[in-house]
Amino acid sequence: MKLTHALALVVLSLGVAACTKPTQTKPVEQASMAPADGATTSGIDQGAAPSGASTLTPQQQALAQLRTKNIVYFDYDSSEIPQEYLAVVSANAAYLVKYPTAHSRLEGSTDERGSREYNIGLGERRAQVVRRALMAQGVADAQITTVSYGEERPAVEGHDEAAYAQNRRVEFVYAQ
Amino acid sequence: MQIPGVTGRQILARLLMLAAGLAAVASPARAQLRLDITEGVQDAVPVAVVPFGGQSEGGATDVAAVVAGDLRQSGRFAPLDRQDMVTRPTSGGEIRFEDWRLLKADYIVVGSVDGGGTAISFELFNVQTGQQLLAQRIPASGQNLRSVAHHISDLVFERLTGMPGAFSTRIAYVSVEGKPPSQHYRIVVADADGFNPHTVADSGDPLMSPAWSPDGQSLAYVSFETKASAIYVQRLATGERRRVSARAGINGAPAYSPDGTRLAVTLSRDGNLDIYVLELASQVLTRITSDDAIDTEAAWTPDGKALYFTSDRAGSAQVYRVNLADTSEVQRISYTNGYNARPRVSPDGTALAMVTLDRGYRIALMDLKTRNLRLLTNGRQDESPSFAPNGAVIIYASEDRGPGSLAMVSSDGRYQERLSSDRGDVREPAWSPYPPR
Repeated sequence: MKLTHALALVVLSLGVAACTKPTQTKPVEQASMAPADGATTSGIDQGAAPSGASTLTPQQQALAQLRTKNIVYFDYDSSEIPQEYLAVVSANAAYLVKYPTAHSRLEGSTDERGSREYNIGLGERRAQVVRRALMAQGVADAQITTVSYGEERPAVEGHDEAAYAQNRRVEFVYAQ
Repeated sequence: MQIPGVTGRQILARLLMLAAGLAAVASPARAQLRLDITEGVQDAVPVAVVPFGGQSEGGATDVAAVVAGDLRQSGRFAPLDRQDMVTRPTSGGEIRFEDWRLLKADYIVVGSVDGGGTAISFELFNVQTGQQLLAQRIPASGQNLRSVAHHISDLVFERLTGMPGAFSTRIAYVSVEGKPPSQHYRIVVADADGFNPHTVADSGDPLMSPAWSPDGQSLAYVSFETKASAIYVQRLATGERRRVSARAGINGAPAYSPDGTRLAVTLSRDGNLDIYVLELASQVLTRITSDDAIDTEAAWTPDGKALYFTSDRAGSAQVYRVNLADTSEVQRISYTNGYNARPRVSPDGTALAMVTLDRGYRIALMDLKTRNLRLLTNGRQDESPSFAPNGAVIIYASEDRGPGSLAMVSSDGRYQERLSSDRGDVREPAWSPYPPR
């Protein structure tokens, strides 16, 4: 476990180093959470809407807050987590560390370009990068499963870069 | 998840349509693929397929129309327009060859449906010489007039080209309806001309990668119905289905070995995709590739001794080959463009069809002797090439005009056509092997 942990850290830092200079001082909570025109897809099932009369448990409230932080978007042909989505990973990692019985399914996806089974591979690679990043922040392996849908489950329709940008993603899905 | 095979309702619907004499003109229960010729060849051989006797105009299955459609779909023949036929001979003795020479037909097919549909007789003649090239009488019944017509197309095609016809074959494809993020997925099997579509699997989660068994009796495919990928093998006649791989991670890209006993599959461990061979009877798994890259989309050589596959081990997707006798040696095959993927081996083993990135994702054909890569299509997002069992035509998926449609291109690239669906998105065509004789 320790070895895997260390390895995950190396992988993560390599990934980060490759896309930006290693200045990680920016407070991650301020980062933007979605592409310009905003994705509406929610990986969290209905029923956790925060309401005035708080009948929700603290865990449910914490989960509800993750609803706007449940998707990491990727650049074209890349499986590096972009700087602005490190906050999404951290928020989900914090939740999973705080609630060790919680479980997240990471669903990796690509845009429609290229061949389908190869895109299954790219989606899996993205899901695994997010999985390792979570583990590097202390999440237990058993709390995570991954699935790659490749280009088979697009979030939005369309054949332009705006649509592609919303389809290249890893979604955190929590069972309730 | 339902696996209807063919439902009783579909059968009833088809029988009703046959009874009403609409089968040839109306859409069956499922979305029907429609044929549009987009690019013909200049030197297609003109052939006259005269309406068969014993059939009323606009009646049940128009045998001559099916034969003419098949010959046109091959790209090698240009059937004459019916309106131009001054006479309508239904047997060799009635043909006045000088009429057909004036119409510039090189060959003529005549025939009739006999005994109220219990047999079809047909003859093929060379118009220039008047020589009879074929004459046969084939037993038939009302239900299988279409399949007898396809058989006639096969015989005519083989007599005139020396190559077996592939008109009695089928295609499997994936059909998707609805808008993201809630879509419905089907695996459909239809005749090679798009008729008689049957849903073989049906799910609210993705279905993909249909692959034919070499005997044409079963399909292997990938389903995400359990929120994880798994590979299933389904017998078409019974709908009986077996889950053959549901290992942790990815289970994808099934491809039957030529002898039908093994499946090449893609599995993952910690996100790293590699190719394995799964012995179907024993479930024994043999690892074929071990590399940190994505290795997937295996295709067997016709002798069953090697696999071609896609890998990004050199940084971008390219096509490689591995011999099963010595998997330590992997040979890179494609160099021409920055992206080459999803290889399929031609039935004679001399060429590879693949997806290449050249101003768009397009279908290309590589001559395996010269390694020369020839572009066959000019779309934006063409994918999933699959050879007809005679190697003459490649079917593929295209997204050129909105939703996905299926398209065909002759292996020499000179002829293209589209099979478009009335609704939804069709993709991942897989051409069946020849039916057993």
